[in-house]
Amino acid sequence: MTDVVAPTSVPGSEPAPPATGTGGAQRLLRAAPYLGVLPFLGYVTLFLLWPTYIVITGAFQDENGAPTASNLTAVLGGGEYLDAFVRSILLSLATAVAGAVLGALLAWAVAEGSPDGLLHRAVIAGCGVLAQFGGVMLAFAFLATFGFTGVLTLFLADILGVDLLGGGSWLYGLAGLVVAYTYFQIPLMLIVFLPALNGLRPQWREASENLGGTGWDYWRHVGGPLLLPSFTGATLLLFANAFSAYATAAALVSQGSPIVPLQIRTALTSEVILGQANVGKALALGMIVVIAVVMTAYALLQRRTSRWLR
Amino acid sequence: MSWSSTDVPRRGRRAAGAVAAGGLALLLAACGAPAAPPAAPPAAPDAGSAAAATSAEQFGGMDKLIEAAKAEGTLNVIALPPDWANYGEMLSAFEAKYGLKIDSAQPDANSQDEINAAKQLAGQDRAPDVFDLGVNVALANTDLFAPYQVASFGDVPANLKDPEGKWVSDYTGYMSIGYDAGKVPAPTTVEDLLKPEYQGKIALNGDPTAASAGYHGVMMAALGSGGSPDDIAPGVEFFKKLKASGNLLPVDPTPATIASGQTPVVIDWDYLNTAQTSALAGKVDWKVVVPQNAVVGAYYVQAINKDAPHPAAARLWQEFLYSPEGQNIWLKGFARPVLADKMAADGTIDKDAYGKLPATVGTPVVLTQEQLTKAQDYLKANWAAAVG
Repeated sequence: MTDVVAPTSVPGSEPAPPATGTGGAQRLLRAAPYLGVLPFLGYVTLFLLWPTYIVITGAFQDENGAPTASNLTAVLGGGEYLDAFVRSILLSLATAVAGAVLGALLAWAVAEGSPDGLLHRAVIAGCGVLAQFGGVMLAFAFLATFGFTGVLTLFLADILGVDLLGGGSWLYGLAGLVVAYTYFQIPLMLIVFLPALNGLRPQWREASENLGGTGWDYWRHVGGPLLLPSFTGATLLLFANAFSAYATAAALVSQGSPIVPLQIRTALTSEVILGQANVGKALALGMIVVIAVVMTAYALLQRRTSRWLR
Repeated sequence: MSWSSTDVPRRGRRAAGAVAAGGLALLLAACGAPAAPPAAPPAAPDAGSAAAATSAEQFGGMDKLIEAAKAEGTLNVIALPPDWANYGEMLSAFEAKYGLKIDSAQPDANSQDEINAAKQLAGQDRAPDVFDLGVNVALANTDLFAPYQVASFGDVPANLKDPEGKWVSDYTGYMSIGYDAGKVPAPTTVEDLLKPEYQGKIALNGDPTAASAGYHGVMMAALGSGGSPDDIAPGVEFFKKLKASGNLLPVDPTPATIASGQTPVVIDWDYLNTAQTSALAGKVDWKVVVPQNAVVGAYYVQAINKDAPHPAAARLWQEFLYSPEGQNIWLKGFARPVLADKMAADGTIDKDAYGKLPATVGTPVVLTQEQLTKAQDYLKANWAAAVG
């Protein structure tokens, strides 16, 4: 679910000094520190690069392995697949913006308090848990609360006589996904945005006030511009997080496949329309492209932010 | 894996040799040789190989097949929910009768998942030995199946089996409407479901572009609203109206949603709906009707994984399923077994269970492969836009 890992900012690597040693042993010695990274490279190859390779090659093959572009043209040719991409992007955008705004406000409230205070620590710990509370558990929690026989739905219907939003049918479609996704986006926003807020030094505010600036001036000319890249970056991260989420949607939506991950599910597991596996891979390739664009933008912004916060 | 002496532990060698000798004795007996040679050579890959056996005779008879299956000890099955066509009893009856352990994986998986599992687990001990598949998936994957003919193979109608026995139809049902008689009026036709009494009450089992039951539900709707086996479009139109009127629920029904009252009307196979009638007796008055002149059936088929880790157990399972005992167990789960007509004629059928199946009005339709494909293409192009 929330399996998008925020890339940590890597300090700019020093350009390697011109090679002066000629001995192979010397070269080996210089390479030694890099040996430690081998397990990581192995892991990435096995679980990221290799699956990506399978997806990309599969997207360009027909059922028998012969090269073809028909999978891609099926996806790009409009119809249900493009609609699913549009819905996926809108869903991710809506929950990213809602999560970012609400999460930033929450983070601001927390940052204003004492860092050692009980509330501060409790909110951070709680958000750490809730940001990972996605998937089937979250879907179940929502079904048990808002579903057709959810506690809240039944309470409203039986005690107050109110039939809220079609007796709970909203939960099983896009509207349900927006609410469920926002639920885990807000705490994730707090976690990624709080360090940026904490990075605002009190001295900057004092300096602004010494120069005669008002609170508005401070946020307009100092705080806002400082936080903007970090805020936008976090929003992009939330977008990627929602875009790649699958389990929550799979558990909530059983009729129809409104978003791309569910279209891929249908392509891979349909027992009615067969031979769709490679169309599923073409859809996955489309998702990789969208995520690549978003993560590139995120990395660029992150680089700018880390320059200020160092 | 093959049944050869190298595959069994040392202390089992004698038994393996005995089977090999048995097979050889049978061959020699045909040649008029008086007795088995004193020392059996290692079993030839074909003669003694359970994975290549296409009938019980090739094991040297049922007793030898049972012996070989017992030596394997385990049977891997997949996608057999205990509440589906009485598979719960089927599994425990088989275990009790032959003393084999059944490893039942992913009971809620669909047919394509079964094939995926066989491919992903190929060569492993956990790979499925046998499949229970929708015809569609079965026909697309016949190269994964080992041909095998059970003792009653000849009694299965020719259009319901592969001539070699790579797959054999096992049971069918008719599409039906299950409903909570305490909450909604009784429907008799497909068109009845459009009435306002069914507002927010109707659930279809599965997305028709992904699940066979949902697919045939749309076909049933087509037959009941002016379509034909060659024309599923009126069925899609019917569900479009059903959704627009707010009658169609966006959830898949399960025994849990039926018991809790979330899905008071369920379009599903009659064997699944009828099973709920007895499961919920006393709690929900669950009744089942096959809508008039919209009777559509679809056989599931049995097949043996050609790379089955337990080839003898897989074949014994098939013999059990197609014995009167196995067929009657399906019948008790309200599925219509493929040998039902033959057994009714022989008097071996469980008359009680046979009488519990819902009555039908109209000729049952079983789709041909061309009709299946045609309707699939139509659904793929139009279902999501109309209903999804």
